[in-house]
Parts: sequence; structure tokens; C-alpha cells
Amino acid sequence: MSEIADAASGAAQEAGSTPPAADETPWRRLDRRMLVVGPFSLLVRVVPVVVVLLLSGQGDPIRVWIAAGAAVAAVVAGVLRWRTTRYRITPERVELHSGWLNRQRRSVPRDRIRTVDLTAKLLHRVFGLSVVRVSAATAGVQAGGGLSLDAVSKAEAERLRRELLEHSPATADRTDDSAAGAPPTQELARLRWAWLRYAPLTFSSIAGMGAIAATAFNLLDDLGLDPRDIRAVDDTAARLAAAPVLIAVAVVALALLALLVVGALLLFAERWYAYRLTREPDGTLRVRRGLLTRRSLSVAERRLRGAEVVEPVLLRLGRGAQARAVSTGLAGDPQGGALQPPAPRAESHRVASAALRVPPEQITQASLRRHPRAALTRRVVRAVGPALVLAAAAFGVGDLLDLGWLGPLALALVPVAALLGWDRYRSLGHQLTGGFLVARSGSLVRRTVALQRGGVIGWTFRQTLFQRRAGLVSLEAVTAAGRGGYTVLDLGARDAVDLADATVPDLLTAFRAPLPAAAGAEHPPGDLPAQRAGRRAQERLHHG
Amino acid sequence: MPQPGAPPLVPGQTRVMDPGAAAAPLTRPADPDLSPPLRPPAHQVSPVAVRWWQLRSLLLLAVLLVPQVAGALVFGFPVAGWLVATIAATAAVVGAWAVLVPPLLFRIHRWEVTDEAVYTLSGWLVREWRIAPISRVQTVDTAHGPLQQALGLASVTVTTASARGPVKIAGLAAADATELARMLTETTQATPGDAT
Repeated sequence: MSEIADAASGAAQEAGSTPPAADETPWRRLDRRMLVVGPFSLLVRVVPVVVVLLLSGQGDPIRVWIAAGAAVAAVVAGVLRWRTTRYRITPERVELHSGWLNRQRRSVPRDRIRTVDLTAKLLHRVFGLSVVRVSAATAGVQAGGGLSLDAVSKAEAERLRRELLEHSPATADRTDDSAAGAPPTQELARLRWAWLRYAPLTFSSIAGMGAIAATAFNLLDDLGLDPRDIRAVDDTAARLAAAPVLIAVAVVALALLALLVVGALLLFAERWYAYRLTREPDGTLRVRRGLLTRRSLSVAERRLRGAEVVEPVLLRLGRGAQARAVSTGLAGDPQGGALQPPAPRAESHRVASAALRVPPEQITQASLRRHPRAALTRRVVRAVGPALVLAAAAFGVGDLLDLGWLGPLALALVPVAALLGWDRYRSLGHQLTGGFLVARSGSLVRRTVALQRGGVIGWTFRQTLFQRRAGLVSLEAVTAAGRGGYTVLDLGARDAVDLADATVPDLLTAFRAPLPAAAGAEHPPGDLPAQRAGRRAQERLHHG
Repeated sequence: MPQPGAPPLVPGQTRVMDPGAAAAPLTRPADPDLSPPLRPPAHQVSPVAVRWWQLRSLLLLAVLLVPQVAGALVFGFPVAGWLVATIAATAAVVGAWAVLVPPLLFRIHRWEVTDEAVYTLSGWLVREWRIAPISRVQTVDTAHGPLQQALGLASVTVTTASARGPVKIAGLAAADATELARMLTETTQATPGDAT
């Protein structure tokens, strides 16, 4: 593949395609200020390398030249990028052309636009710029289902956001029921600083801390600094080494914990400062947040297919949760469509209900049906089995390496695993409400999802060998939104079919097995469990 | 609603599209309380698919055996005992699989297309019933792998707007696959909306 040839063919294409694309819509460039910001943000990325080069070289002229070359290259690249990037919004499509040697053309049909995300990093903010990311649902859901404009002025970004979400052709039918004069922006939620207490309980912030620590360490390493060169650090290390093991471990653990907590608080503040969830007059839900990097995520309400309340185990122990939107076009969102920071559980349910305009008892707080006892057995076996295998392996290894404590330690995992299995069973539940299919599962991360019945675009019934023995079925509701499919784990076989049949009427009916003659008339979908149990008992009588 | 007794054909289609439809009906699961009360889809895949699955297993066998045999040759004689054991075990397990499992798969794999939905049943250890409404179908692809081409087979993949939704019917006779894809495409083009 030769890039030059690509460029040439790209140019040829361009020449050839000018007449048909003689749209009157003019092409627009990114904001002029990108001529400064672009090279700058590239430079910031190479700063550590340059610093190392300069520091370690002690004025070696070649190194200075390399550093200068890097700077010039960054400037040239930034200018080229600005020169070669053009975008326009025609009545049907959003088009983006970019690149010089490796020319790229992106085009997104406007009726496929699902979300518009505005992000402004610190540097962008200083210059009053904002990155516009448009994500779209395309057939097959490839990675390239969207495009991003990096960057345009704040005002232009805001205008684009409104234009892309408001005037996408599919909105036309929707505007009249929200008519009567566009309703004013309605605030659904805003940050309460008391929620900071949930910050240390989220895994993502712990992971974030890990990443920051790793970066810091790398940077120190790049700069040729050994932390032990600093006297205070060295002294502390020496004192710890001299102290009894248990105390040393405790001190280090405490220090790490303190660091984690502080870091988590800072990250929470950076991510969620000035958080607001609003319903805009144009029928979008908008999440605005961020301290240094400002973000604004807009989800068209008509693309919303449901909501999810997520409770990672630590957060659940602290009675916290987080509500997320289940919407098409959110697959690439790093926050998974979060509608709020980690917050009290009741607040999560409230936000989910406010976003969907449905009372919480109809969605994530619906009273759920239990799953059969066989599901408990399966959960416990699946949790304890691996723990037992691990314990056996630990005993083996302990024997080989003469580490007598390894086996018993691993054995202690077994009751924990059993508890986990039991909790996973307790989490299982499902319910069909007026407009939603509600399902809950998981222990380490418990998820309660409420999926619009109209958003279900297919079903998968899955049965492993063991599930077949136990009469259990995992029912996956396939949807275009969110993760693409939401599984109701370990239902009774008959309940699974009843549930699917009742959720989307008529789709399944043709495929149902004819009932045993004894049961008589057509099986009414969504009947009460008690009735069904009674009928099943009756069937058994007839069979026996 | 189409009656289970007279399985509905592909919409607009008058002939039975696959030779398997006349084959013996799938044996009913022993206990109706243990498996989901869905009737099996009407049509079986092409009987040639058995040969296809067997050839695939043999290819897998070759892929697994070649490095081991090469290893044995490189290390020279006498061949280490454990290597003989793994070679024998691989040959036995995969060979038995190649002989025994494909006929089972043929009995399990079934498909059906009605005016409303695409319905498939597949899988031996993990059984999967998949249903996709015709109104939500976005693309229909036919694929012929090299092995499939040699045997005159093809697969049809029906994609919906979901990342987890594709319904795949593998091992159809090539002509049937083309016909099925053509009709599905026609039907879905007639359906308005972006199917999300």
C-alpha cells in the first residue's frame, strides 16, 4: 500500500466527485485557534521526551536539534491538519474530510445520529474551543460509526449540537407532541457534594488512580529520577525495612489507602464538578460535568431505550448506585452513558425514572420475580467449583514448594465463593411492567436494567448442557441500544418463553410448542405465576 | 398465524427450499418442562453440511497434529512418551468428534423464515434458539468459505441493528442460500424505518 498512491486516488476521487456533490452547502474549516492549540497539544505529549533529551544530553547539540525538530514537526503537523480538515452539514449528511497523505472521508447520515458529545480539555477551554463527537448507529455497528470535529469554537459547538440533534429529519414527527411552545430547559439533577463519600467506593476511580500512579512513575523514570534519591523517601524506606514486618505492611497499606481515597476524591471532583442533568427544549437529555475537562453528553430522548442502575459491590455496600442511559449510539462512551455520578441508591432510581418519564416502580424499582431454586444451585456450583479447583491446585503447589499455608488459605476462599453464589442468586429477578422488561443480576457488579418493550429487536434463548438438566434458560433480549443484548439469567424454561412472548406480543406465538392436549386452550401470555403453577400441576396430573 | 402442523415457507415461496424438510422430524426433548416450549424450526440445513463439519474437524485435527508431529521429528527418536500420548489423545478426541458430532449437529440445526421472523436453532452443548423480527433486519449477507464452495454450500447471516443480534444459518445449499438472501433483502427493503 503506497500512501502516495492513496493520496493520488483520493485526489482523483475528489476531482471526479465534485460535479455530483455540487451541493450549495459550503465546506467549513475547524476553528483558526486550532493552529495554536493543535501544535500545543502535540507538544505537550512530547514534552517528557524532550525534557529527558535535553536533561540527559547536557547540551549535546544533536539532542537539541532533535528536540527542535520534534517541535517543528508538531507545528507543521498541526498546521497541515487544520489545512486539510473540512466539514459540512448538508440536509442529509454530516461530512468530514481530513488527512493529507492518508486522506479520510467520513460521512454520517443525519437520521442515524444518536448522541452528540462536546468535550473541552483544559487547553481547549483556555482558547474557548470544544471537540464535537457525533456518534451514529450504522448497520453492523462498526467502530467507525461516528466522527469527531477537533475542534470548533464553543459557540459553534453548541450550535452544531442543537442543529444535529434537533433537525435530524426523524424529529419532525416528535416535535408536535412536545409542542405548545418549546418547554424551557428542565433540570433533572445536579451535584451534591455529599456524594463525594461514594467516590472511594468506585472501582473506576481506583483503576484511575493506578493509571495515574503508573504514569507518574514512568515520568520519574523517564526523567532519570529514582524516588530513593530523595532523602525523605529513602529515610522512610529504611525505617520501614527496620520495623517488624506486620507493622511495616500495615503502615504501607494505610498509606496506600489514604492515597487511594484522596486520589478518588480528586478524580470525582475532576469528573463530576458542576454536574447537571437537564432535559433540553429540543428533546434531548444532557449531562454536563467536569472541572478541568468540560464534557457535555447529549442523548436524543427518542433514542433512549431504557435505563440501567449499576451497583458495583463496594458502592452497593455503601448503599450507593449509578444510573446509566440505555441508548443507541452510546457503545463508544467511556462512561457507559452515565447519567449521574455515584449517588445514593434512591437518587439513582429517581434519575432513571426522571430520564424515562416513568415512575420508578415501573422500571428499576419494580418488585421482581424470583428465579427457580435450580438457579440457586447453578449459581453456587459455578462459584464454588472454581474455588475448589483453585484450592486443590494450591494444596498441590503448597506441597511441592513446601508452603504449608497455601492450601488452607485457598480453602478459605470456598465459603466466600459460596456466599458470592448465594448473593448472585439473590440478585436474580425479572418483571414485566407496563412498558418495560426489567431484569436484575450480578453480585460483584449488580445491574438492574429496564428495557423498553418496543426496544427489543430479537430474542436468544440459550441453554447449556447443565441448564438443560436443571430446566433453566438464559433469555437474552436483543436490542440496538447499550450493550446490544440484556440477559435474563436462569429463568425456568417455560417462564422464559412466556416472558418473551408477553414482552413482544405475536413475535413468538407462531413458534411456541403446541401445549400438551390436556392443558387445552391457547396459553395466555403474561399470566400470574400462581395460575401457571396451578396449571402445571394439573398437567402433571394428566401426564402421570 | 401459520400453523405448526404446516410449516410456513419462506414468504412468497412455493417450493420447499431445502431437502431436509422431508427428513425425519427432530426427536422431541424428553421432558417438556426442562427445555423451552418452542417447536423446532421447520427446515433442516443441507445434508451435505455434515460433510462440511467433518472436513472442518479434520482441518482442526491437522492444525493440532502437525506441530506435535514436527516436534517429534525434530527431537528425533526415540520419541518422548508424553508426546506420543498427546498425539494419540488429540487424534482420538478430535477424530471421534469428527465422526460423531456432525450428524448430531445436523439433527439439531434448523431454521425457518416466516412473514414475521427469522427463527433458528443451533448448538450441541450450548443450544441456542434465535428469533429476529423481519421488520428489524438491516442486512442480509451470504458467505461461501473455501470448504463451503467446494461442497456447494453457503451461509446466510441476518444482521439486525444490535451488535449481538446476527442470526446465522450455516450449511445451506448454495442455491437455497442465494434465494433466501434475495427474498429477505426484498422483504426488508419494503419495511420502512431504520430498524432500531
